[in-house]
Amino acid sequence: MMSHYRMTETSTDTTSKGTPLGRRLVLGMVGLGVVGIGVGRQLSEGLSNTVASVAPGLASVIPATGGFRIYTVTNGYPEMSKADYRLTVTGLVDRELTLTFDDIAALPQTGITADFQCVTGWRVNDVPWSGVLLSDLLREAGVKDTARALRFLSFDGVYTESLTLEQAMQPDVLVATSMWGKPITREHGGPVRLYVVPMYGYKSLKWLSGIELGATVVPGYWEQLGYDVDAWVGESNGRSDDPIT
Amino acid sequence: MTSTPGSASRMDAAMTQSPEGAVDGPTTLRRFSRAERWTHRILAIIMGLLLVTAAFLFFPELSSIAGNRLLLRNIHVIAGFALPVPLIVAAFFVAFRRDADRLNRFTRDDWTWLRSRDRRSGRIPVGKFNAGQKLNAAFTLGAIILMFLTGIIMYGWLGETWRTGATFVHDWLSLIIAIMVGGHMWMAYSDSIARLGMRTGSVPTSWARREHGQWADEETAVSTSGATDVSER
Repeated sequence: MMSHYRMTETSTDTTSKGTPLGRRLVLGMVGLGVVGIGVGRQLSEGLSNTVASVAPGLASVIPATGGFRIYTVTNGYPEMSKADYRLTVTGLVDRELTLTFDDIAALPQTGITADFQCVTGWRVNDVPWSGVLLSDLLREAGVKDTARALRFLSFDGVYTESLTLEQAMQPDVLVATSMWGKPITREHGGPVRLYVVPMYGYKSLKWLSGIELGATVVPGYWEQLGYDVDAWVGESNGRSDDPIT
Repeated sequence: MTSTPGSASRMDAAMTQSPEGAVDGPTTLRRFSRAERWTHRILAIIMGLLLVTAAFLFFPELSSIAGNRLLLRNIHVIAGFALPVPLIVAAFFVAFRRDADRLNRFTRDDWTWLRSRDRRSGRIPVGKFNAGQKLNAAFTLGAIILMFLTGIIMYGWLGETWRTGATFVHDWLSLIIAIMVGGHMWMAYSDSIARLGMRTGSVPTSWARREHGQWADEETAVSTSGATDVSER
């Protein structure tokens, strides 16, 4: 047992002495974190590419390694079987269309492999998509001269998007039915979604169910929340991301 | 310092006579003040909310169950902004500041304790907090500051330039925090007296002697000398 004298001594030892290491650790950690913010972009891109080439499946589990983050604007994900699926093309067109999944599959198919860039910063490199070019689909319906803009509707009932006719006719806007060589899953917006290559992800409307041609651009869901209507990657929303490759 | 009623004036004598573990003096010691316990409780609730919403925001499998990402994000953001509040309020309480200072300071004994293999045996008497607790406290504070900073960048207040880098730090650190919180809960799960201390504010002196010998000595010495002080004044 310790004597009283010894106890007093140790008690002064612990209260008055000792190095303030805790504070140094906190400051060191914050410093390291700030450096991490600075180099994080390059680091996460390097990591994504490594993970993607070694084990693509891991990408969705390991932080910041290039996995998709799943967004939905409603409660839960809308579900639609291929059999029940319908896509309508209406408005300023020569022939209004109602297409089944098989009708879309019967149209000329185009494959595009490109990056998917989210406006919040994450990017998935080299995602292979395939489907029908929007321009091919519009040719089927026949666009009237008065049409200037497109409005896209989702079967979730809430999500909407927009493109100008000029943007929509570019050969990098896809009505996609497959991703990574497989049917697009429910969380990724299947069975049919939009993929607008040169723009931020929110323009690539999920669960596509309707295309309306009109005279003016109607801002979509995210645009009403303040995001840019013309959402070119690296040239909008105050961001400077590398262009899509 | 609190002087425990009934702490014997003959304590020194009693302490030297008694065999280990059966020391006279106060049977319980005050470990955490009410303010500290409420700080811990509120911090734990907010942290839990953050971790759960984070998991649903991050893992696609969970995202698909939860749906409404915007609502989850809003809960996460509000909880994030709330996280430092209990700590800031707690800084107004003396007991909290005193314990923060104890957590801050590492003694030579702390290093010996960390390096020793039998650190749980009580051979090396530790103060109110052992070195592991001190490291955890430093990590937690650093993590809160960093998560708050990167969170604000992700929220968009500081522009878009650093958002990707901030997301990178936020994501990785969240994973480490989850592991640390898990470890903290595991340690608490395996020591019911430690939990009692955080729940009621007091712990049996016998537990304190075993787990925090130096602190137990301090406290019992203080209550004796404290009593003497009072009589002398």
